[in-house]
Amino acid sequence: MTDRADTAARILALIEPFNKKGVAVTEATRFAQDLEWDSLTVLDFVANTEDEFDILITMNQQAEIETVGQLVNAVVALKAA
Amino acid sequence: MGDLFDKFQPLIDQREALLSTGLTDPFNLVMEKVISPTVAICSGRKTILLGTYNYMGMTFDPDVIAAGKQALDEYGSGTTGSRVLNGTYSPHKDCEAALKDFYAMDHAMVFSTGYQANLGIISTIAGKDDYIVLDIDSHASIYDGCALGNANIVPFRHNDIDALEKRLKRIPEGAGKLVVLEGVYSMLGDIAPLKEMVAVAKANGAMVLVDEAHSMGFIGEQGRGVAEAQGVIDEVDFVIGTFSKSVGTVGGFCVSNHPKFEILRLVCRPYVFTASLPPSVVATAATSIRKLMHGADKRAHLWENSKKLHAGLKALGFTLGTETPQSAIIAVIMPDLEKGAMMWEALLNEGLYVNLARPPATPANMTLLRCSLCAEHSSAQVDEILGMFAAAGRAIGIIA
Repeated sequence: MTDRADTAARILALIEPFNKKGVAVTEATRFAQDLEWDSLTVLDFVANTEDEFDILITMNQQAEIETVGQLVNAVVALKAA
Repeated sequence: MGDLFDKFQPLIDQREALLSTGLTDPFNLVMEKVISPTVAICSGRKTILLGTYNYMGMTFDPDVIAAGKQALDEYGSGTTGSRVLNGTYSPHKDCEAALKDFYAMDHAMVFSTGYQANLGIISTIAGKDDYIVLDIDSHASIYDGCALGNANIVPFRHNDIDALEKRLKRIPEGAGKLVVLEGVYSMLGDIAPLKEMVAVAKANGAMVLVDEAHSMGFIGEQGRGVAEAQGVIDEVDFVIGTFSKSVGTVGGFCVSNHPKFEILRLVCRPYVFTASLPPSVVATAATSIRKLMHGADKRAHLWENSKKLHAGLKALGFTLGTETPQSAIIAVIMPDLEKGAMMWEALLNEGLYVNLARPPATPANMTLLRCSLCAEHSSAQVDEILGMFAAAGRAIGIIA
């Protein structure tokens, strides 16, 4: 498994407990519109993602992330930094 | 053509739905007469005030009022200028001297509001490549201070020491770090574990700012706040506070021992580009602050009030924001906004004013009836308040 595929799989696993609507999640899935997460859910999910990968995703960076695929890219970049 | 107000439609709809049931608008209360720090006339009815931030009851203190009147006579109604140009009169310097004495710190800077104090200090000291690590439940003025500046913003779970430490350790080496905390979180009235958090921040090379808006005058032996009560005020780099709570007027401030602090007067935009407070306001603030230094008896009575109300509401069967009374704020958790608004109105009809707090101001989407006590509430008034809660709570069906 490539590093990106591994990261994507781990992020999908992190999304599941918050996927209350049972949406079929792909890289195109949008957090706000498709998963319908409110700001509190986003906070919990971001905290879990930060701890899983031992990274920081600042609020400034979060503002740029709309889809699952964008998050995977951001996490890969943050891990490489 | 798109109407720029379309974005507010969901809120407009929610408000109209709530008010169409005939409820009194909880966000449009007018006080026709103010009798004392704890009693006002609302809609012609005598109402006990349990939702102000007048913790120490200084608003009608005769010395405070006399100082304001004298300043109004001697210095006029306003300064019409910035602190750094024509807006610093001797009452402004007296007020900053009172703050330095109150906190036993080297520097004090007075802003026109507490909101602007956070806005100004946070946006100015944390720059482009710096990191601000803040509690997720921070006040709007702290978030707005972050938004006004250019720093990297990292929130952590409310009052979670480990979450703070993990995030501090992940910040790139060499970056400037500011940890922003509050003494009392005003929605639930809970306090921060400042002793542990300040230690973690210092061990990781961060500066620490603590907003003590809701603790000044009340918490700590000298009334300096939660950082004083937990023995870490000397480790705190910046204390932010306000005159609009225990001090009893309006205005904000930052006190600090940082040797270069005074430069902020030239570079802090929310300090520079606004008019200074009217001389009468800073004169009332200075007098009030000096009296608060000797307020130990009032502090003790306010603690008694807080403990009595907390225990009484708990015994009635209400769900409260904290297990134990931690501040002068007791938050009663409502099942939903509709029930909360009904309970708020029932209390008002009983003759009691509390704050109705709702998302997004509240954590975890809660609807709260926030009770804030005053040192001037008598023990008998607290009994009366508990009777009103019992009657309203049963009428609305919140308690059995």
